[in-house]
Amino acid sequence: MAINQRHHELAERYWKANIRIVTICLIIWATVSFGFGILLRPLLSGIEIGGTDLGFWFAQQGSILTFLALIFFYAFYMNRLDKKMGVDERGA
Amino acid sequence: MDQTLLNITFVGASFVLYIGIAWWARAGSTSEFYAAGRGVHPITNGMATAADWMSAASFISMAGLIAFVGYDNSSFLMGWTGGYVLLALLLAPYLRKFGKFTVPEFIGDRFYSPTARIVAVLCLIVASVTYVIGQMTGVGVAFSRFLEVSNTTGLLIGAGVVFFYAVLGGMKGVTYTQVAQYVVLIFAFTVPAIFISIQLTGIPLPPIGLFSAHTGSGAPLLATLDQVVQDLGFNSYTGHHQSTLNMTLFTLSLMIGTAGLPHVIIRIFTVPSVQGARFSAGWALVFIAILYLCAPAVGAMARLNIIDTLYPQGTQEAPLAYDERPGWIETWEETGLITYEDKNGDGLIQFYNDKSESFAPTAAERGWEGSEMTINRDILVLANPEIAQLPGWVIALVAAGGIAAALSTAAGLLLAISSAVSHDLLKSTLMPNISEKNELLAARIAMAVAIAVATWLGLNPPGFAAQTVALAFGIAAASLFPALMMGIFMSRVNNKGAVAGMLVGLGFTLLYIFLYKGWLFIPGTNSFPDTPEYWLLGISPLAIGSVGAMLNFATAIIISRNTEEVPDEIKDLVDDIRVPDFHDDPRPVPAE
Repeated sequence: MAINQRHHELAERYWKANIRIVTICLIIWATVSFGFGILLRPLLSGIEIGGTDLGFWFAQQGSILTFLALIFFYAFYMNRLDKKMGVDERGA
Repeated sequence: MDQTLLNITFVGASFVLYIGIAWWARAGSTSEFYAAGRGVHPITNGMATAADWMSAASFISMAGLIAFVGYDNSSFLMGWTGGYVLLALLLAPYLRKFGKFTVPEFIGDRFYSPTARIVAVLCLIVASVTYVIGQMTGVGVAFSRFLEVSNTTGLLIGAGVVFFYAVLGGMKGVTYTQVAQYVVLIFAFTVPAIFISIQLTGIPLPPIGLFSAHTGSGAPLLATLDQVVQDLGFNSYTGHHQSTLNMTLFTLSLMIGTAGLPHVIIRIFTVPSVQGARFSAGWALVFIAILYLCAPAVGAMARLNIIDTLYPQGTQEAPLAYDERPGWIETWEETGLITYEDKNGDGLIQFYNDKSESFAPTAAERGWEGSEMTINRDILVLANPEIAQLPGWVIALVAAGGIAAALSTAAGLLLAISSAVSHDLLKSTLMPNISEKNELLAARIAMAVAIAVATWLGLNPPGFAAQTVALAFGIAAASLFPALMMGIFMSRVNNKGAVAGMLVGLGFTLLYIFLYKGWLFIPGTNSFPDTPEYWLLGISPLAIGSVGAMLNFATAIIISRNTEEVPDEIKDLVDDIRVPDFHDDPRPVPAE
């Protein structure tokens, strides 16, 4: 597995970009579930929705919808980055 | 048409479909057997993963757990979906790039250690077999209820069907069979949910109906539900009543367990490219979310329907007379999952929370001497269409769906077990010269043995299905997920660190569960009672997987820092899996 200098440089830059976007996504992931759904629920108790509060909605609906959006956002973002940096699987 | 005949027709027709597909797609080469020749489209793969993932626990049990507890059990909803974010962002693209067949193979290669690979096989087998036991129990209950045979007969029929298509078909058969199972189970779950949502709120979308006005009272559905459950001494439905720490750790444990369970990860290997792998977890979650967004509505609405049935004039008035009880109560009484005892001898059904001290004076005032009806939480989804008086074909559809959910998960887990044994244990470690034909044979024998063990343990279950499922999640969360994640994200974690980490995570989690649930799940051998006051810091055995995972990470990192560096070729391997594809491209490195 001879990875030359170019590969190293490419790998490093690509990985940095990936880590940044993964970190952002995971902060949102934790905020909607552990945050709004559990720990921060008392703070959201003033916002009423359908006979209960926003925290309950996040715990039973909102977090799941956000998870879906996050995965598709990440996939689109990374697949675009792959093309831009020329590491997509061509003819693989 | 008679209801039993209708059930048999629906379940039978769905079986003919599954077995037909398994036969049509039977596997030839080993590559087809394990990974369907890598020719599976991400959407197809997503549906199959969804069927694989949603077991008897999701289909039959979860809505019931939410119905009888309320908000506090939202952990199941967030945990069993949030894990897919971890899977998509932290594991899927890299494991697909690595491009081998199994999870232990990755762990063995990345940590350049046959020991690591064998430890991973051990974790995988323990997690998967315990999970299959739960499914086999579920298969037995569903079959015996709907085909009106004994539990043993139901279990044996189910085991035969699982054996037939999983052993003959391999992954390809399983993939397309699971697509069919997904379609059956999602219809079976959503059709009654839509009917009931229309009945109670006039809105055909259950997730919206849940937050809408109740047509009976005019008030919001959840406010009405909060009111009636509190009238009977129960905790409010939407309130937070249990330990916040435990709820957080339980959610986390289910999330990382999801991302670490081998039968879900193995799916990623069947997608044609890294780009496809990123989407495949997303597609899986789309198909899972359809059920998970409806489940809390099913739970809340069923709880309200049950109370309305038992208190036809409202919770302040006298309850229903036992002689006037509806047919579904009679049917389920025969299975022993609903019981009635007329404690105060008035011939009425008093159903309330007799454990609440603050409600005791009210109960005494009304002449109640204890709650007279017990309803098993696991029957809720199966009984739901009967409770809501839906047509007979909906009831039969739910029967077919429950069986599809249990069978598909069992088959996926069996595939993961058989790959681990034939591929990781025999081909790569013990018998490197084994022929492709014999490897395939070994895989099938491993499946047959696993089915036999799971069936036997399913006949004499080591505990409730929920306990077995908790162990499977705890093990996956505490052992496999951290090893996989560190393998990709921390290039300095070495062989010694990874092996020690897995063993510490696995050992700690098993120990904690066994202390409260009984050693090897044998009833009565637990060292402490399984109640919150005995738990360490109030953390339940169900939630302990997240603590095990933290210990795994900490052990691996500390040991790796104090032992030798990772060899250069492993660092190159890590670099390689992080990037989808290097081209021999003469251009300079482009900016992001």
